Amino acid sequence: MSTETLEQKKDAVEVKPAEALFSKRRKRLVSDPLSEDNPITVQVLGICSALAVTVKIQPTLIMAIAVTFVIAASNLIISLIRNLVPNRIRIIVQLAVIATLVTLVSEVLKAYSYDMYKVLGAFVGLIITNCIVMGRLEAFAMANKPYDSVLDGLGSGFGYAWVILAVAFFRELFGSGSILDFKIFEAIGWSNFPTNGLMVDSIGAFMVLGILIWVQRSKTGYVEH
Amino acid sequence: MELVSLGIKSIFIDNMIFAYFLGMCSFLAVSKKVSTAIGLGAAVVFVLTITVPVNWLLQEYILKEGALTWLGADFAGVSLEFLQFIMFIAIIAGIVQLVEMIIEKFSPSLYGSLGIFLPLIAVNCAILGSSLFMVQRDYALSEAAVYGFGSGIGWMLAIVALAAIREKLKYSNVPDGLKGLGITMLITGLMGIAFKSFIGIAL
Repeated sequence: MSTETLEQKKDAVEVKPAEALFSKRRKRLVSDPLSEDNPITVQVLGICSALAVTVKIQPTLIMAIAVTFVIAASNLIISLIRNLVPNRIRIIVQLAVIATLVTLVSEVLKAYSYDMYKVLGAFVGLIITNCIVMGRLEAFAMANKPYDSVLDGLGSGFGYAWVILAVAFFRELFGSGSILDFKIFEAIGWSNFPTNGLMVDSIGAFMVLGILIWVQRSKTGYVEH
Repeated sequence: MELVSLGIKSIFIDNMIFAYFLGMCSFLAVSKKVSTAIGLGAAVVFVLTITVPVNWLLQEYILKEGALTWLGADFAGVSLEFLQFIMFIAIIAGIVQLVEMIIEKFSPSLYGSLGIFLPLIAVNCAILGSSLFMVQRDYALSEAAVYGFGSGIGWMLAIVALAAIREKLKYSNVPDGLKGLGITMLITGLMGIAFKSFIGIAL
């Protein structure tokens, strides 16, 4: 009797046509955060680390990879246990999952790339309080299937990554006159290129990001009221 | 005297917002009205003043390598530093919960206006950031307490100032794409330039 109902259930599941691995909806999960629903320029999340690590491109790249990993992995874990977590303590559970993943990232960095670990310093730990991670867990992973949640996490991660890489590109170009530590202006024969000290400073980050947001929002036509 | 100097430094020169970009999320989101900004600022000062010394004790007597020697000589080589992030964030989340309950009890109106942003203090980078900086810079307990208080005040100063500017900004004609976040970032940058003038002041 019990096996029969089980088989019936199985049939019932299979009757529903399975969604394609990369259906249109799922593609949108990844592509939306890249421009129209960008976590930084539109949703205003995760600004702290976006600004702090973007003096040079290389640490920014490491940071982007770390954050993308943490968002995708925590989305997956929370999505898997979403039905087991009581609503009242979900914030603590989310924080515990995120903190564990960030500890993992920081230990890996410490082991394989100690120089980068020194450069990024406290900001690796601050991924825990990166609002994008918490925001995606609250808004998406708590209510969606694991695979979709991973896609959503990757999308948000990439959306975050391109914005901070763009900020880092301009800050390194004008602040240090180089790209990935390659002295670009000297290479083209402009050896006395006047580097802008404000760009290396925090102020440059605010300005570059502000202008980037302006450009990006003018393109997508998003207006805040 | 050194403590006063450290306090001044953490308020103006090493300002959480302008020098380290910490706590930007709530800085941008809750800075539309001066009264709400003051409320959130006060809550942040309170939480910071408590969490930094508490996390200092945690680091000094439990997490640091050799910190557990008070348990016995066998524990001298134990380092629990890999638990740092989880322990710090747990302490912070707990204290934020406490503050939330206190405010709800004594000032329901403030509780109402802070709304969702109270629990968000737990994920305010400024709080966790100060604890991590405190470890990085090897502060003593008294220094940690002053540093926590000072960075809280600095953060509050920044958010209240920004909220005041944004209240005036409502009447200006800002280009569409720059409205909201864009112009706020540029203003923050300009405020940062103003705060740069404090560099070099030492007591």
